[in-house]
Amino acid sequence: MIIEPEGLGPGVESRAMAQNKARGPEPLISELSSPGRKGYSLPPMDVEAGRLEDLIPEAYLRKAPPGLPEVSEVDVVRHFIRLSQKNYGVDVGFYPLGSCTMKYNPKVNEYLASLPGFMSLHPYEPEDLVQGALELMYELQQYLCEIGGMDSVSLQPAAGAHGELTGLLMIRAYHEYRGEGQKRTRVIVPDSAHGTNPASAAFCGYKVVEVKSDDRGGVDVRALREIMDDSVAALMLTNPNTLGLFDENIVEVAEIVHEKGGLLYYDGANMNAIMGMARPGDMGFDVLHFNLHKTFSTPHGGGGPGSGPVGVKKALEPFLPVPVVARRDARAGDVQTGNEQAGNGRVEDSRGEGAPRYFLDYDRPLSIGRVRSFYGNFGVMVKAYAYIRALGAKGLKEASEAAVIAANYVLSRLKSHYHVPYDRHCKHEFVISAKNQMEYGVRTSDIAKALLDYGFHAPTIYFPLIVKEAIMVEPTETESKETLDAFCEALIEIADKARSDPEYLHQAPHTTVVGRLDEVTAARKPKLRW
Amino acid sequence: MYPEDLKYTEKHEWVRLEGNRAVIGITSHAQDQLGAIVGIGLPQVGDVVEQGQELADIDSMKTADVIYAPVSGTVVEVNKKLEEHPELINDDPYGEGWVAVIEISNEEEIGSLMSAEEYRALVEEGEEGH
Amino acid sequence: MNYIPNTERDLREMLAAIGVGSAEELFSDIPAAVRLNRDLDLPPALSEYELIKHMSGLAARNRGVDDYVSFLGGGAYDHFIPSALFTILGRSEFYTAYTPYQAEVSQGVLQSIFEYQSLICELTGMDVSNASLYDGATAVAEAATMAARQTRRNEIVISRAVHPEYRMLLKTYAHALGLPVKEISFSGGITDLEELKSAVTGATACVILQSPNFFGCIEPMGEAADISHAEGALFVACVDPISLGILAPPGEYGADIAIGEGQALGNPLNFGGPYLGFLACKNEFIRNMPGRVVGETTDPRGRRGFVLTLQAREQHIRRERATSNICSNEALCALAATVYLSLLGKSGIREVGELCVQKSHYAAKRIASIPGFSMKYSAPFFKEFVIGCPVEPSSLIIELKGQGILPGIELARMLPQDENLKDALLVAVTEKRTKEEIDRLVQAMAQCAGAAVQSDVGATTQPAGDTRTERAAGDRGPACGREGLA
Repeated sequence: MIIEPEGLGPGVESRAMAQNKARGPEPLISELSSPGRKGYSLPPMDVEAGRLEDLIPEAYLRKAPPGLPEVSEVDVVRHFIRLSQKNYGVDVGFYPLGSCTMKYNPKVNEYLASLPGFMSLHPYEPEDLVQGALELMYELQQYLCEIGGMDSVSLQPAAGAHGELTGLLMIRAYHEYRGEGQKRTRVIVPDSAHGTNPASAAFCGYKVVEVKSDDRGGVDVRALREIMDDSVAALMLTNPNTLGLFDENIVEVAEIVHEKGGLLYYDGANMNAIMGMARPGDMGFDVLHFNLHKTFSTPHGGGGPGSGPVGVKKALEPFLPVPVVARRDARAGDVQTGNEQAGNGRVEDSRGEGAPRYFLDYDRPLSIGRVRSFYGNFGVMVKAYAYIRALGAKGLKEASEAAVIAANYVLSRLKSHYHVPYDRHCKHEFVISAKNQMEYGVRTSDIAKALLDYGFHAPTIYFPLIVKEAIMVEPTETESKETLDAFCEALIEIADKARSDPEYLHQAPHTTVVGRLDEVTAARKPKLRW
Repeated sequence: MYPEDLKYTEKHEWVRLEGNRAVIGITSHAQDQLGAIVGIGLPQVGDVVEQGQELADIDSMKTADVIYAPVSGTVVEVNKKLEEHPELINDDPYGEGWVAVIEISNEEEIGSLMSAEEYRALVEEGEEGH
Repeated sequence: MNYIPNTERDLREMLAAIGVGSAEELFSDIPAAVRLNRDLDLPPALSEYELIKHMSGLAARNRGVDDYVSFLGGGAYDHFIPSALFTILGRSEFYTAYTPYQAEVSQGVLQSIFEYQSLICELTGMDVSNASLYDGATAVAEAATMAARQTRRNEIVISRAVHPEYRMLLKTYAHALGLPVKEISFSGGITDLEELKSAVTGATACVILQSPNFFGCIEPMGEAADISHAEGALFVACVDPISLGILAPPGEYGADIAIGEGQALGNPLNFGGPYLGFLACKNEFIRNMPGRVVGETTDPRGRRGFVLTLQAREQHIRRERATSNICSNEALCALAATVYLSLLGKSGIREVGELCVQKSHYAAKRIASIPGFSMKYSAPFFKEFVIGCPVEPSSLIIELKGQGILPGIELARMLPQDENLKDALLVAVTEKRTKEEIDRLVQAMAQCAGAAVQSDVGATTQPAGDTRTERAAGDRGPACGREGLA
């Protein structure tokens, strides 16, 4: 028995309803198929067509056509527009998904990325036809070096986790180059880390060792000292960490790791807290990845494409994946790859106009190789570049400041209603828990689902793993005080409801296009296609 | 909860000895901790395993875990039914939810297994600790 | 412009509610030693108009496949994209969403991924598909590691006729994982099956072939699959999805895992990305399949709905034991592929394939008829082929660029070890190229080689192409990847 929506605050129901406009079930595209319908118009066959069997041996040809739908253009458009109406994005409303930095995605960036001068470039065009694109990439590398306090950047990784993998591959190559590849077999990861950290380390062939957090939420320095030895290749850390707390012992942590010859890897998921305030490179990190789709405002696309550039200190620069975008100064003949001259390139003829020339530098004998075809997610880089140019140094710092104020503001309003496991000023996000509500049998998942009825996306839940019933909130800097207030009021109302009517919360959400879906059956009897 | 005729391990496997054969599964406590079990990766018949080595892996809605071999030997049977019906481990952990049968190669290892009473004590101790 | 709605007054109110006097107090836990005590050294902020002007200027310094007649391929193809697709992709309910963690408000993305998985299965003839990977190259590496887990074997066998960048990436990944990679040579443009037969052993986890391969040639996939299976190895087929309206699908010739670059399905070239990799496999390998996957289920009222499922394989649950470290998919690119395949449908996917086959064969025949030019290989091809040139391919490229034509890819730059490819040009012809454009290419090639073109076409000489782009002496030719660095 499903309880009909009632008892929600005034306006809440209509807002939630408006955000779920397409209320009826939407058939699958295959269910809309009708024989003979077409939704395309292809260029004409203007060459003399031979018999297919004469051009390609019959054994190589497909016998029966693939079971694709037969639908008209209007069928397709309406189908997907209706599906879009069943979907919640940042453009629909507040999306406080912790660790994901769901900030507003400026529309000018979308426009710029769609310019034919960016969108219609083939990756194998002659370099002189893509100088604008290469300059953009080169400059973006420079900006990211400056923001992260690094010496060189590769834009190739396609996502944050991909950047992690790339960084670890470089760490591996570094140790191997120094003859310590066999010895350094372990990577240390805090118990509060993102799941991708241990997964990337393992995918890289490393044994993962966990270090626990102390009672302030940072790395337990004593525990770290105990496990740190010369078998450790790296420590992976995010700072502020997944609790949204800045690790005050970072300098000491870096010393402990470096003393034994290990390297420090920075997971840049939480960079939005510290732009222009502090730089991982200055904290002692040797390698970091950025999430352009988090910190630098590029949209997440419903789960990708992202972009996860990797920055490194000088010592790791030779191991960057190829190619690196480099600049040749026409006058001096100097090749620039990082913030400083690399000086390993050949001088080629320039056009003698004094204009720098940008090129793809493959001449890197110690490179780890490649982590992606071509040069990475260029379309995403265009948007991140636009964002950094729009904000400038001051704007980036203001963004971080405003993000941190917003998080602390929401935290301060929720403190008396929800359990706060680490009661400190947070950075750009914070973690509370449903511990108080558990007394009434209301769990974090109930609270998350109830928020959907208020027209908000839910925070990240059950993460980090070190907090039971965790609720991780990241408001970002692009939300108005009114939005933050409405969100706080919703959470406070839900906390009241937990006492007065827990059953109502168990049944939530009530206003969405579908109710709570049976995930157990989905996993046990997977139906993954029509 | 913990049948008297079975042997147990600290890692929450149970063993039913049938002559030279050890039928293996996970305890009702283990399945309860895992929650809804949704998938299993079984060993292959003929695999030779050492005591304490990974025998199978198991997926639940909230976690992924490993079933370790309680004794050394050769895998002679696996419960293929679990691939289609992993929920049997939740529904009937000591019966239809059995995982594999090992032909024991070192009988001395049997002595290292726990009795039902010892295992119950272990579980209760663990719960107090939480 | 910083996109922050709150005014200074708002921020002051918020600081007061927090109980601090200034934002600075909220950063006091950052040790002074690591605080940045200067402004970041970045160019000054731009207004929206300045930004548009500046970036339009950058864009204007590029020339794309709309400015030139392009015969470039090599894993990224200039196929036609229906306009309706851009309307749908521009819906920000899709593109501003994150991964669909909250299924009840993410049914749009979830259903579209379910449809994507279904369409990929239909196209490849496989049982199940994941929700997409980063690109075709990473799909090769993911398939290889998946096969290693599945077979509990180590060795990866891959043909040298697979895209050199894919192979380089595979070696980068495999090195870290300790998976030995054996490469099989090609002859006549296709994989040497005799060599393959002797290379595959009981230690081989999988055999990877691409068809059409890097040279555009269609491989004898069925025989390669049989060779793999004879030793208990899995067979991984890397395919061009656009070809599958015409060519036999991997499911038909016994592939265990089908992968490929999905860019051709409705994704713009974008200078190499974002693209998507697809990965589909047989049912029995589901638990070892990397990446996200969406499944159908019901809600308490019995209504159909879709959820992320089989998540125990993924990094956020399994952490260091996950099937892959991959976290996101390329959902928006997969949506483009879904919309593309929906619009083209059963007949369109065949027609586009037929256009590619006919136009490329016309082009090949015409080019090969120019004195001095010849087809490098006689193997059947789909839309891309290798031409041996009587002049340096690099100078041919520079020459034709001056006439507004991008004739192809210089293979010697990507496969420098292969002596036989010194004179080779890889030419791709999609359905977008017209007869007139192909004739122009032929004419220009003939002129460049100093040969008289056969007069049966009567093609007119074209006016010089885009003069906006200067030709640089010492031009580096296409910006290609090279083999052999890993």
